Amino acid sequence: MSRTVVVTGLGATTPLGGDVASTWQGLLAGESGITILEDPKFAELPVRIAAPVKVDPSNILEPHEIRRMDRSQQLALIAAREAWADAAIDSVDPERLGVAIATGVGGAISLMEQYDILKERGASRVSPMTVPMLMPNGPAAVVGLEVGAMAGVHTPVSACASGAEAIGYGAEMIRTGRADVVVCGGTEGCIHPLTIAAFAAMRALSTRHDNAAAASRPFDRDRDGFVMAEGSAIVVLESEEFAKARGAKIYGVYGGQGLAADAHHIAQPEPEGRGVMLAINRALKDADLSTKDIFHVNAHATSTPAGDVAEAKAIRKVLGADADHAPVTAVKGATGHLLGGAGSLAAIASILALRDRKVPPVANTINLDEGVDVDVVIGSPRDLPSGDLAALSNSFGFGGHDVVLAFRSV
Amino acid sequence: MSHEDILAGLAAIVNEVAGIPAETVQMEKSFVDDLDVDSLSMVEVVMACEDKFGVTIPDTEVKNLNTVADAVNYIAAHK
Repeated sequence: MSRTVVVTGLGATTPLGGDVASTWQGLLAGESGITILEDPKFAELPVRIAAPVKVDPSNILEPHEIRRMDRSQQLALIAAREAWADAAIDSVDPERLGVAIATGVGGAISLMEQYDILKERGASRVSPMTVPMLMPNGPAAVVGLEVGAMAGVHTPVSACASGAEAIGYGAEMIRTGRADVVVCGGTEGCIHPLTIAAFAAMRALSTRHDNAAAASRPFDRDRDGFVMAEGSAIVVLESEEFAKARGAKIYGVYGGQGLAADAHHIAQPEPEGRGVMLAINRALKDADLSTKDIFHVNAHATSTPAGDVAEAKAIRKVLGADADHAPVTAVKGATGHLLGGAGSLAAIASILALRDRKVPPVANTINLDEGVDVDVVIGSPRDLPSGDLAALSNSFGFGGHDVVLAFRSV
Repeated sequence: MSHEDILAGLAAIVNEVAGIPAETVQMEKSFVDDLDVDSLSMVEVVMACEDKFGVTIPDTEVKNLNTVADAVNYIAAHK
């Protein structure tokens, strides 16, 4: 049993805006959500650049919701509420409703805050909500409770590929008949001195303090690392049958996914992109697409020296001459790297590019690295042609995880 | 500190922990049945009361605090 899956709801809260519309407009305009961290707790760090969400969750949620949820859960709930309202599903059997929401690191901030309380005030003052707040499945659980999902609530974890893997997982729940509707995507909310110090220790982060807004510049020859961001992006997927029966607005069609692993290094990308190529080829096959159908690629490209060129090489190798009609963008120039939220944000950008026939530029990128032999969109948005188009959305994670999603226009 | 003052302080805590409007936290209300305060929230309420009122409420006593009045009376007696 394999059923067609469509996208009917979108939600996001990102460094560019508190919803999908403002985020998408920010991407098209090439805005940057990246800033210097002014809080004194970051003062001694070698990196003080990050991309916090534009709208703080405390301005949206009730105080008791903030108190009971880790920041990653707060952001996921905000994005999920928007996506769920957008899908406007009047009625669905709870046993046919699922959730698949991922995070890269889970409730790291809650864990560290409660450890501080344990050290300073003792065990009797550790919050009884600590475990629900730190568990990586917490965001999925919170959203599952919100919508009343009983088909299953899941959390794939693959570092920065997690958000994409969750969408693929959710789509498989529908394809295989376990669910009719799935709320899926990713979230991250872990901007903290320790996480920044840890990524900085890997020499993975940009140190462009003199021009923080332009610190993230995927594919640019002067890129010097990624920028930590926070936020969440959530989609509602449905079986085409269920969506059409209720007359739903349909953004696009989920085509399929390709999963692979590098088998190379715990953090370094494989320089020839063999795992990436395997994942792209598998996504094409799963979506029953050929390279000539691909008119857009939303790259993972995080603005690190090694990763961006390896990915560009892999895209060119798989698509061949068809890469010439597939303009490439990467959202991380504008948003920084949402880690567990990155894959689902890229998916939303891919879906909207197909719907609006418009590919956002890579913010901050001026001079392409000479090793990049694909058509990277720079400066202003690029129009896509009319007709049936497909797009690929790439997501990779520390550990060597390669996840590629394919979407089709409607 | 009067019973009224303790009630007002407790109501503010219940509001902060569980999002329940402070004015609905009245003496005769049951934490579980009327105010929908679950067991995890009750632990948070107890911790906050200990900090706010300078009392110690052992776990063995928490199970006896069924109503708001039970909690107010316990705090008044053990301050």
